[in-house]
Amino acid sequence: MPRTEAARDWRPGIDSEGLRRRATVLARIRDFFRRRGVMEVDTPVLASAAGTDPAIEPLHTVYTGPDAPAGQALYLQSSPEFFMKRLLAAGSGPIYQLSHVFRDGERGTRHNPEFMMLEWYRPGYDLAALMDEVDSLLGEVLQGLLDYRPARRIRYRDWFIEGTGLDPWNDGVEAFRAFARKHCGAPPALDDDLDGWLDLLLSHWLEPRLDAGEALFVFDYPPSQASLARRRPGPPDVAERFELYLGGLELANGFHELADPVEQAQRFAQDNAVRERRGQAAMPVDTALIAALEQGLPDCSGVALGVDRLLMVANGATDIAAVMPFDLGRV
Amino acid sequence: MATYSTNEFKGGLKIMIDNDPCSIIENEFVKPGKGQAFNRVKIRNLKTGRVIERTFKSGETVEAADVMETDMQYLYTDGEFWHFMDPESYEQIAAGEAAVADAKRWLKEQDMCEVTLWNGVPISVTPPNFVLLEVTETDPGVRGDTSGGGGKPATLETGAVVRVPLFIDIGEVIKVDTRTGEYVGRAKD
Repeated sequence: MPRTEAARDWRPGIDSEGLRRRATVLARIRDFFRRRGVMEVDTPVLASAAGTDPAIEPLHTVYTGPDAPAGQALYLQSSPEFFMKRLLAAGSGPIYQLSHVFRDGERGTRHNPEFMMLEWYRPGYDLAALMDEVDSLLGEVLQGLLDYRPARRIRYRDWFIEGTGLDPWNDGVEAFRAFARKHCGAPPALDDDLDGWLDLLLSHWLEPRLDAGEALFVFDYPPSQASLARRRPGPPDVAERFELYLGGLELANGFHELADPVEQAQRFAQDNAVRERRGQAAMPVDTALIAALEQGLPDCSGVALGVDRLLMVANGATDIAAVMPFDLGRV
Repeated sequence: MATYSTNEFKGGLKIMIDNDPCSIIENEFVKPGKGQAFNRVKIRNLKTGRVIERTFKSGETVEAADVMETDMQYLYTDGEFWHFMDPESYEQIAAGEAAVADAKRWLKEQDMCEVTLWNGVPISVTPPNFVLLEVTETDPGVRGDTSGGGGKPATLETGAVVRVPLFIDIGEVIKVDTRTGEYVGRAKD
């Protein structure tokens, strides 16, 4: 066999104990949901539509063949959310999925462009009930690996006030810019993008100050960061969304799911307008999801949890490459 | 003007920050799941040696710094400039006091040094990790005391002062680690 390049390291990035631990965690997750009567589903990785979130860039490919002689653009899913909501609208009841998801442009010690997501949906649950279930899941899955205790819960607003003295609902861009200048070195040019400044302080100031073992639910997000969560009128107006931080890592993101088809279509359009303004490609809107919402999505909450990051916390790993069999550098 | 995008960031990359040439030490990709992506980097200012942190929006571009690290032979100083020579091209280059900085107390004629050039001009000089230098001044040696305990200051031919064991005498050649400024041993001849 001709060899055109130097032999590459063929070995996995994970050691055999890590691989066994990964299998244990996956088995415990499945066991947890089986006992709770939540059904496992598997939906396609490839789809003709993609998420519109300007902060998430999908990877794409082209299928050519029967039914698509000229080639059809397909997007690798950044989350199985749209397909799972279509199942919910079709009457599936509570469902979960362990799936590989894909994001362009994301690579570092906490990111790999392909990673494993655990996503589940609970008809009839509000956010508090879903946070309870996340606590129960982690308590069981991490048994013997990490002493997990139910996470402290704090409003996004209170987290900022506690950590910076600033209120995202009432203080303007100038106050956040000044704080960043004082505490985070010379910040990048984020102009009047308040959410950009909040993201900067969150990732450079609040997150690094979490204790290594601390579990924290942050909930009630600014309405501008609603993504696919419902907005609840205030005062103050909030998005019914939570994030779980564990071991200094952002581990899970939950929504009280938006069910209004008109508002969903508006958000897709707004996201695409932001994309075009920033020079990003607009994404094809998932009209099938809109149609499913028109049919009726049961009132539900859903959460996505990064399985590789969960394993990082369980193993005390500082690099995501050490908990996955083959990261980008090895594929 | 050459530029680098944040996607090209990695240790050792030379970029311009605040009009100074810098070298990236560490690059960390930071991104809230549904938020703005950043590259948080640790960089060394190649002129001052100072290490600072900077955050860029992912996708931003930064001006490249035309920096070259070259191995050159130290020739001599005229008091104002320190003269180095490329051993292959015999091209000579003069470095000023700011570039030579702390390295000057270790510079011995004919030793090979690493000279960092920015736009062709020397901005820093790194001496060899180990240099052999003659002791020009120290208290008389205590014969037989090889314990090394205590020690005493000794001035070397380049003017550097290091602590040496008590048995070292004027005229002896010693080996010094320039990174720590510490005596390593007697030169083996």
